[in-house]
Amino acid sequence: MITHTHRPLRVVLYEGNGSIALPAESRAKVMMALLDQGYTVTRSGQGASAMPHDDRSLLVLGSFEGKAPALEDATGLVSIDTRDITGLDPDAIVALVGKSRGDKPMNEPGKWKPWFPVIDYSRCTNCMQCLSFCLFDVYGVSEDNKIQVQNNDNCKTNCPACSRVCPEVAIMFPKYQAGPINGDEINESEAGREKIKVDISSLLGGDIYSALKDRSAAAKSRFSKERSPDKALDERKKCLTKLVGDGFIPADVLASLPSTEEILKKAVIAKAKAAAALAAQ
Amino acid sequence: MSSSPATILYCRCAYAQVVPTGVKNDVLQQLCASEASFETVSDLCEMAAHRDPRLQAIASCGKLRIAACYPRAVKGLFQQAGSPLPADTEILNMRTQTAQEITDALLSESSIQQPISSIEP
Repeated sequence: MITHTHRPLRVVLYEGNGSIALPAESRAKVMMALLDQGYTVTRSGQGASAMPHDDRSLLVLGSFEGKAPALEDATGLVSIDTRDITGLDPDAIVALVGKSRGDKPMNEPGKWKPWFPVIDYSRCTNCMQCLSFCLFDVYGVSEDNKIQVQNNDNCKTNCPACSRVCPEVAIMFPKYQAGPINGDEINESEAGREKIKVDISSLLGGDIYSALKDRSAAAKSRFSKERSPDKALDERKKCLTKLVGDGFIPADVLASLPSTEEILKKAVIAKAKAAAALAAQ
Repeated sequence: MSSSPATILYCRCAYAQVVPTGVKNDVLQQLCASEASFETVSDLCEMAAHRDPRLQAIASCGKLRIAACYPRAVKGLFQQAGSPLPADTEILNMRTQTAQEITDALLSESSIQQPISSIEP
């Protein structure tokens, strides 16, 4: 789990009783600017409000005509600050929010891309192939022996390789451009055609991706006969290099692969985890 | 048509820009031009990555209509963050649908804002 969460302020654009509504164009401009800076924003209109409880501070903006009310959360859990925006243009309103936030850190778009696998459990068969495949310990097993994403901050940005080898097309990367990796609906006939079972040994042999393209029995037989750690790693490197050339794996991911020893160690651990989880099912 | 009101949630997809800018801007502008109250977040993926507790608040606030991206991905994000969406959640896809289709669905009769807790200065 990524733990560096910084979202110190929730903004409420209050246009209910006691506040004059902004012109629609100004409202849209303010909301777009705040969202693009990483804030969450509620538009609370006349007669209703939408404020799910939250453990953070609220900044309530309203055209209170100079009389911003003092507000207090009935539960005492949320601190509420109010600001009068009467007469302010959208840029000034956005600046006011920034000033209210002060120097508190906040997650901001542009500095990081939320890139991690999302498992579609309606398709996942818990085969553990992704656990065996990923070299970066992104996957793990829950207490009830279900595959889960445990270390999404280990995932290599723009690398959707585990999604490509999932036999059930159950792994999504929502920020990916193309389907079905991005979560688009799946053509079931294509999904069936793409099914392939691999394990870490095929990864070490560097043949997993070419196997996706050429699944002949002869190739598999040849692969298993020639398997040895050194040769396998050489082939794997060639294959990965080709994948980089084909645009399947970003170059920086290839450059950050663990050492040979680490890969072998991870392979043993991952295989044992997967075997234990499968045996316990 | 369902008579129960729905909460509207708009995702800006601000961290990666995979949603077409024109569509997401048009949807937000049309929401802003309406009378509806609604929730907006900068990026649901970013929130899911951080297991943001606000996802739980959103998932537990009753009937939902969400403007974001592919429904399979949105459901998966909430589930993976430990806050599965209610089965009757409607998810509109700004990557494939038009802004008009989305706002028509978001603002249809049954999507009047569900009050979760009220604030009246």
